Amino acid sequence: MATQQILEVEPQAGAGASSLASRWQLDRRYLPVLGTLVVLVLMLVIGGSRYENFLSGRVMANLLINNSFLIVLAVGMTFVILTGGIDLSVGAVVALSTCLSAWMFTRGWSAAIAIPASILVGTLIGYLVGLMVHVFEIQPFIATLAAMFLARGLCYLVAPESIPITDPTIVALSQTRWGTADGLVITPSGVVALVVVAVAFVLLHYTRFGRTVYAIGGNEQSARLMGLPVARTKVLVYVISGTCAGLGGFLFAVFSRSGYSLTGIGMELDAIAAVVIGGTLLTGGSGFVLGSVLGVAVLGLIQTIITFEGTLSSWWTKIVIGALLLVFVVLQRLLVVRRR
Amino acid sequence: MTDAAGSTGAPGAPVVEMTGISIAFPGVKALDGVDFRLFPGEVHALMGENGAGKSTLIKALTGVYATDSGRIVVGGQERSFAGPAEAQAAGISTVYQEVNLCDNLSVAENVMLGHEVRRAGGIDWRATRAAAREHLRALDVDIHPSSSLSSHSLAVQQLVAISRAMVVDARVLILDEPTSSLDADEVAKLFDVVRTLRARGVAILFVSHFLDQVYAISDRMTVLRNGQLVGEYRTAELDRVELVQKMIGRSLEVLERLEESPKPQIAERRDTTPYLQAIGLGRKGSIEPFDLDVYPGEVVGLAGLLGSGRTELARLLYGADRADTGSLHVDGDVTRLRSPRSALAHGIVYSSESRKTEGIIGDLTVRENIVLGIQAERGWLRRVPQRKADEVVDQYIRALGIRPANPDAVAGNLSGGNQQKVLLARWLATAPKLLLLDEPTRGIDVGAKAEIQRLVAELAEQGMAVVFISAELEEVLRLSHRLAVLRDRRKVAELANTDDVTTDAVVDLIASGGQQ
Amino acid sequence: MSSPDPTPPPAGAPAPAPAPVAAGERRFSLGALVRHRLFWPLVALVVLLVASVVKSPQFLQVTVLDGHLFGGPVDILRRSAVLLLVALGMTLVIATRGIDLSVGAVMAIAGAVALTQIAASPSPDSVTTVTTAILSALVVCLVIGVFNGFMVSVVGIQPIVATLVIMTAGRGIAMLITGGQITTVNSGPYKTLASGFWLGLPVAALIAAFFFAVTAFVTRRTALGVLIESVGINPTASRLAGVRARTIIWIVYVLCALFAGIAGILQSSNIMAADSNNAGLFIELDAILAVVIGGTSLAGGKFSLTGTLVGVLVITTLTLSITILGIPVSAVSLFKALVVIAVCLLQSPVVRHKMRARRRAQAAVPVEVAA
Repeated sequence: MATQQILEVEPQAGAGASSLASRWQLDRRYLPVLGTLVVLVLMLVIGGSRYENFLSGRVMANLLINNSFLIVLAVGMTFVILTGGIDLSVGAVVALSTCLSAWMFTRGWSAAIAIPASILVGTLIGYLVGLMVHVFEIQPFIATLAAMFLARGLCYLVAPESIPITDPTIVALSQTRWGTADGLVITPSGVVALVVVAVAFVLLHYTRFGRTVYAIGGNEQSARLMGLPVARTKVLVYVISGTCAGLGGFLFAVFSRSGYSLTGIGMELDAIAAVVIGGTLLTGGSGFVLGSVLGVAVLGLIQTIITFEGTLSSWWTKIVIGALLLVFVVLQRLLVVRRR
Repeated sequence: MTDAAGSTGAPGAPVVEMTGISIAFPGVKALDGVDFRLFPGEVHALMGENGAGKSTLIKALTGVYATDSGRIVVGGQERSFAGPAEAQAAGISTVYQEVNLCDNLSVAENVMLGHEVRRAGGIDWRATRAAAREHLRALDVDIHPSSSLSSHSLAVQQLVAISRAMVVDARVLILDEPTSSLDADEVAKLFDVVRTLRARGVAILFVSHFLDQVYAISDRMTVLRNGQLVGEYRTAELDRVELVQKMIGRSLEVLERLEESPKPQIAERRDTTPYLQAIGLGRKGSIEPFDLDVYPGEVVGLAGLLGSGRTELARLLYGADRADTGSLHVDGDVTRLRSPRSALAHGIVYSSESRKTEGIIGDLTVRENIVLGIQAERGWLRRVPQRKADEVVDQYIRALGIRPANPDAVAGNLSGGNQQKVLLARWLATAPKLLLLDEPTRGIDVGAKAEIQRLVAELAEQGMAVVFISAELEEVLRLSHRLAVLRDRRKVAELANTDDVTTDAVVDLIASGGQQ
Repeated sequence: MSSPDPTPPPAGAPAPAPAPVAAGERRFSLGALVRHRLFWPLVALVVLLVASVVKSPQFLQVTVLDGHLFGGPVDILRRSAVLLLVALGMTLVIATRGIDLSVGAVMAIAGAVALTQIAASPSPDSVTTVTTAILSALVVCLVIGVFNGFMVSVVGIQPIVATLVIMTAGRGIAMLITGGQITTVNSGPYKTLASGFWLGLPVAALIAAFFFAVTAFVTRRTALGVLIESVGINPTASRLAGVRARTIIWIVYVLCALFAGIAGILQSSNIMAADSNNAGLFIELDAILAVVIGGTSLAGGKFSLTGTLVGVLVITTLTLSITILGIPVSAVSLFKALVVIAVCLLQSPVVRHKMRARRRAQAAVPVEVAA
């Protein structure tokens, strides 16, 4: 207590003390993310020491490429969770988006229409969810649940069976690879994911909208009384999450080159898990979009390690993710308790 | 009533003028044709008992409630705000009792939220922090803008909230019960800030239950009663007795009885063993080890400022927090209280200072709230029989005068005073031996306050041991047989409350920390 | 005390915003009926039944075949059993401000434990084998419930995250138990649970009804119900009032896992297989939906088991009606979405307030409406 006060009173005197104080403060907020980073590095070290070629450029590039859609989803989910909400609809929206573009391609529509349409359908669903949450005060859990059922239902209407995508643009996108010969490559999907992350980072930390997102997560009532545009922001986070899901659907279409109504089942859980493992508190107000990216990386690495191990059955993925979640939530909890 | 416009710090046209404001809720006329004026450069106190319509008037002004009739003129223009945001844009900022800021963000972020300095490409954090520092400095608040808000005390957070109000260039600053959780120094600091703002021409609307503070800071006051305007007065021209009379609208009978009632006679009960005896009881970071005896039939008052450890002490005696040193004897036997339950089993009950968050179960009925104490004792398996529940509930609703006298009313809808009585009923129904009352009279009106005080005295007379905590020293002195003085989370003195013990003497004790 | 006059508003005035109708107190006015929180869910149920009957007139007929009852209503009851069991536990959990996402995974685990044992046993048809298998499955569920309860009440982790752990890991554990296979068995006694009849009624429905009755009895005849509500409304105040809040919370998670376990056994008995990937998939969502349709708020506090029953019936009938109406089963989720949205909108505070305001305006009584 005493030292803390000294740090607080001092700062105007010199820049040195002030940066010391602020750094000391920032450390705490970054702590969960640092934890994720440590886990990630540990996994890389363990993987690298056990398996040959584990730390190769190809494996790392694949990590990004194979998870690009999940990164986009996790970014959208981060916005929602930062406000203290949750979005269960993203997996279904991914499916709807892929089905819709696949269906449009079978109708001979050009990619210039189909791609924006498949993204905007997510935006639209996100907007509907936002209205339900904000105007009708339906809990996010239920509103996004309804949206999930809605999107799944629409999927079956659009594409009862799997539709292959043969559109040249999509095919070209899925086959394009930039990079060096030793496997350190990047695909358009990977680039999209990175751009989304960058945009989200700027939105959250360098716009008033982003600050309002954090404020709502901290204390919604206060945010309202402070005169912040709570209503608009709350609708907007679901729009962002929906749009990200639509975009994720597009990336998934590129990845799988087919539209199928059963894709993305449980994907929302992966996204939520990634966000939680990335250090964002589900109560809202605390977390970083970069943490969510690390969270996706951790999930992806688990998969990679189990693949490399070879003898391990696939269900270990689930068990390990569950165990990791357990460790993270307990650690976060301890952190919160200590802060009190 | 004669009007005092044009006098002390109230020149020219009012910045806010409300005329004939009426608001009705189902079954209640919350405001009935109330007029209210606020001038630039004045501190204007809004006075009235609970339910007089103070907060409704504020909410009407800030657009939280829509008015049924009446005009609101702000800065010469008739306005009707759709919400706090619009009111803020028109220069009316409010700082609430429970500081409405976001404690997950830094001080600077809180001050500047929604008004961050922007440049191409987004928020310019350096400039934003600098601006925040300027605003804090303008009010002499010496804290680091990058520090996290939650690392500061409530008092500092309040100043941060005021700084924030100044960012939006408020012409009108509403302070709604800003001092209820502050200690004397903090209040002084707050008042310095208020005076600074007044000098700058800001109109300040001040709401407080503390008469002393109202007299210390306000220039004029408006008194409301039962949703109606009683009058507008210059503070200097209305003495306290008159003010209270106008607030409660009846003779001062109640008040006088309170203020002049003799101190409780200290009967010699020391032949018995104390019901509760704490020896070196303490908890790290909460309260330092203390000794305390409480005898049956005795009221022990805890005197000390907010944060002096009053509540912490009571929580240890109730097992709400676990002691890590010392021992506790209840009725002569060594006892360890691991939880409120074990305290209950020993006949110890605790009524918390936070009625809403730690007392009343809002959505349950009065009946369920009263029975909860007995029920908790019996455990979930053995339900309190309906007949017995009805009996107990009826008995206490009558004995304590709980209104509405309807056991099926939802407890959360009752007024503060009645909720407090429901809580007392819950505890009394468990037939306790020791009653720990933490601020039982805070934020409730004079009438209910008197009733609760009388009840405490009666219970003690009937042989119950009582530990009484209140921020109002007068009240503690009036009720207690003995006083324990606390300061900085330490018990510094204990004395019999004889006739020569005065408020001033206790204040001295608190100030000196017991070292003469 | 300047508190408002406690007497009710004058008779004739259309009772401005009364508190939700208290249990036991029934007023048979149309307005009160419409305002009852189960009104819209019941309307939905009736609409579904009527639509089914119109399409298939014999839908509501109950026939006796081999001493067993058959027909639409019996079918609805039989099919509701699993969801009702899960939703029962969920109601209690939600009333404490919690949520249990792990129920689907718990169902999978229960089926896996029971069926691997029966499959490994030399005498799958013996009642002892089946009983042992069921009991050991329930013990495993109990342990999971204890774990969930521990995470929530002792460690203090948000329920949604705490139960997400088992939700994620649970199916992996179930597959670990079955070795990644879909375990199938042939066991007469086990099959009876889901497909048998007793006194002409499906055993599954009777089991669910039994647990519903027990839960209703226990929560309302003991103080468990009111203590659960008290903890759900205000945990801190409850603890200070001497309520064992932790124990109460722990109890509901254990109950929820147990009920999910029983549901898992019924479900696996229905298909006589333990399918770790698909057993109880998304049932947590249906269960939460049923609870919410039944009028229990996700914010905790007051709960209604009857409401949950209605919610479950609505969801089951919806699924059944859709097949009868000749709509592809795959479109079920679309209709589910519509029902959820409709019921939630009608129950939402905003819409209710608007409707109330309109009714009041129609009644043309000069009552001022504030905020």
